[in-house]
Amino acid sequence: MSRDRLTAAAMIAPSVILVGIFVYGFIAWSARVSMSDWQGLIPSYNFVGLENFTQLILHDRRFFIGIRNTGVFSLVFLGGAIVLGLLLAIMLDRKLPAEGFFRSVFLFPMAVSFIVTGVAWRWLMNPALGSRMSGLNLLFDRLGLDFLVNQWHMNPPPWGMAFIGIPALWQMTGFAMALFLAGLRSIPEDLREAARVDGASEFQLYRRVIIPLLRPAVLSVVIILGHISLKIFDLIIAMTGRQVALDVPAIYMWTTTFDANNFNRGAAIGLLLLVSVAILVVPYLWYSRRQEAEL
Amino acid sequence: MRIRCGIALLAAGSLLLAATACAEEEPVDEPVADEVVDAPELDDPEAAEYDVMEPPAEGDAVEVFTWWTAGGEAEGLAAMVEVFNAEYPEYTFVNAAVAGGAGTAARAVLASRLAAGDPPSSWQGHAGAELIGTYVVAGQLEPLNFLFEEEGWLDVLPEAIIPQISEDGNIYSVPVNIHRANILWHLPEQLDEFGVEVPTTWEEFFTVADELDAQGVIPLALGEAWTVMHLFETVLLGTMDVATYDGLWDGTTDWSGPEVAEAIEVFDRVLEYTNPDAPTLSWDQATQLVIDGDAAFNIMGDWAAGYFGAQGLEPGEGGYGWAPVPGTDGVFQWLSDSFVLPVDAHNRDGAIAWLRVAGSREGQDAFNPIKGSIPARTDGDRSLYDEYLLSAMEDWETDEVTGSLAHGTVASDAFKSEIDTSIGLYLSDGDTAAFQDALVSACTSAGPC
Repeated sequence: MSRDRLTAAAMIAPSVILVGIFVYGFIAWSARVSMSDWQGLIPSYNFVGLENFTQLILHDRRFFIGIRNTGVFSLVFLGGAIVLGLLLAIMLDRKLPAEGFFRSVFLFPMAVSFIVTGVAWRWLMNPALGSRMSGLNLLFDRLGLDFLVNQWHMNPPPWGMAFIGIPALWQMTGFAMALFLAGLRSIPEDLREAARVDGASEFQLYRRVIIPLLRPAVLSVVIILGHISLKIFDLIIAMTGRQVALDVPAIYMWTTTFDANNFNRGAAIGLLLLVSVAILVVPYLWYSRRQEAEL
Repeated sequence: MRIRCGIALLAAGSLLLAATACAEEEPVDEPVADEVVDAPELDDPEAAEYDVMEPPAEGDAVEVFTWWTAGGEAEGLAAMVEVFNAEYPEYTFVNAAVAGGAGTAARAVLASRLAAGDPPSSWQGHAGAELIGTYVVAGQLEPLNFLFEEEGWLDVLPEAIIPQISEDGNIYSVPVNIHRANILWHLPEQLDEFGVEVPTTWEEFFTVADELDAQGVIPLALGEAWTVMHLFETVLLGTMDVATYDGLWDGTTDWSGPEVAEAIEVFDRVLEYTNPDAPTLSWDQATQLVIDGDAAFNIMGDWAAGYFGAQGLEPGEGGYGWAPVPGTDGVFQWLSDSFVLPVDAHNRDGAIAWLRVAGSREGQDAFNPIKGSIPARTDGDRSLYDEYLLSAMEDWETDEVTGSLAHGTVASDAFKSEIDTSIGLYLSDGDTAAFQDALVSACTSAGPC
């Protein structure tokens, strides 16, 4: 090996070792705990195979609610972010006056944390009725839009969960918009002109030319927002406290580990979360690496 | 450009706002912590010679871990520390309090310290199954029978609570205060306006509740998840006798039996008379509904008395009123904060000295009037307590006593957490039969069954 390569190896060795221990080592350790019977403060590593997983997946109603809620939330959050983000991006791309101002306005919610968003929207989506009405319900009531007054996330499951998607959308749509806008700007003007010369209407132009060209941007949005959506925790804690009806796996993991000392079950949920995010992210990493290699 | 600056200013402004909002909570524990650590200097003339910067010598420090960081709790602790410093000037009290909702954050910190083999000299925990199910089974607490005998505490504590804080005949903690869980709060004058009486059975409650409902008043104010469990435990106690209720926690009462089924049925009906936005309210916001006249009753532990007081209401006619939860007259459903002696405690003698103060009449009478709870001992100085607490002290002496579920007295953390999940599942689907099945399997998987 050349001197250069040796130096390079020595330079990256510390971080490889640290990441190896503190990321992959602990993933392995979690996997081990998830197949143990460790409950209570005393660690116990008796091997029980996949029992914790089968128990969760087949018999645990709370885990099932968590999965269902994650599904409903992801649908609203991802679907909404793609549609709204695309609309905003297209509007901004039409050379709006004060484009910079609007871009900033749409992006600003990203600057606050999900906890702040959750606390603010907890007030806005207050479900109290009658004299204690407040937030959006009060606004609707005063504007004579009574039919919009509703119970928000207190709606019976599973639809209550869909409303948790609204604050998440408020916060992250700007991000989707920014990605789409970058995508739109990278589409050469010639392509649009060519389509127009060929007699395409504006609608056809977007439908047949521009949106198909945005596919990489859509993929990025799905990956980035998708893994946020699978791991969502802080927003729900801030908005709803801990209700089983609005539970997600990350909250269940925390509760069962630290309130009930079921370390084995907590580790199993953690591992399932890791796998679900990996299913989403790994093919993407693979794909983008191959693309880089092609370039 | 001008627009950009405006936006930047806006953003900076909102960040500042957020920062000050966050900062509001912080300083609360700081002055208290200082006060406690500095306390020896106030009482002990020799202490004036100590160099403030010098940490207390290893051997003298008594490090006590609590989640009392704010308000009456922290002030009560400081008062008890003064008693400690006066009686044991050779030790230095070190306050290791960790802030955060009813100890959730503190207990995670404690767990990591225990895992690292660095326990504090003593720590606060809910007396009963919560301590036993988590720390005693892990072999981390020393039995305290010798201390109870030396100090004669067995004679001044109600006999019935001793088995509830013991495991295999060993007593594991020193209860310093007592709270009562089964109280139905109301404003007497307001009830006169509504034209209803305080119900004493659940059947009476339903009649009263229908009348209130017809007037557009919420019959029973309810809050977030743990307050629902609090309600459930009082309904359990209100629909069965004390022996049957106690049997739920040692496995002698069948969770699949008719008593539990009846309790669930009543619970199911009671929930119909509560506010639909309950999950979004904290316990004190639920109590506030009663104060505001939106609701007639609230079932909550007697820390609510402190909240009524803070809102400017006096105990009694014209202020706030209290009664046992329907069906629980003559029963005192208790919970307690207590202190423990860890195995291999740092400064074991100092820790025992702290426990002696925590169990003493002087210590408890210093702490409780400020914290707003009654002493665990039945010989507290009655002149120190307000009208509500006096009535609680009387009941504590004469009533049958049994423990609380939501506050760690009767069920281990694991069992309690499974019951919490069962209640949550029931709230999300309203299926009472599945609720009972879930309780049965909670008892088998994590409880004594």
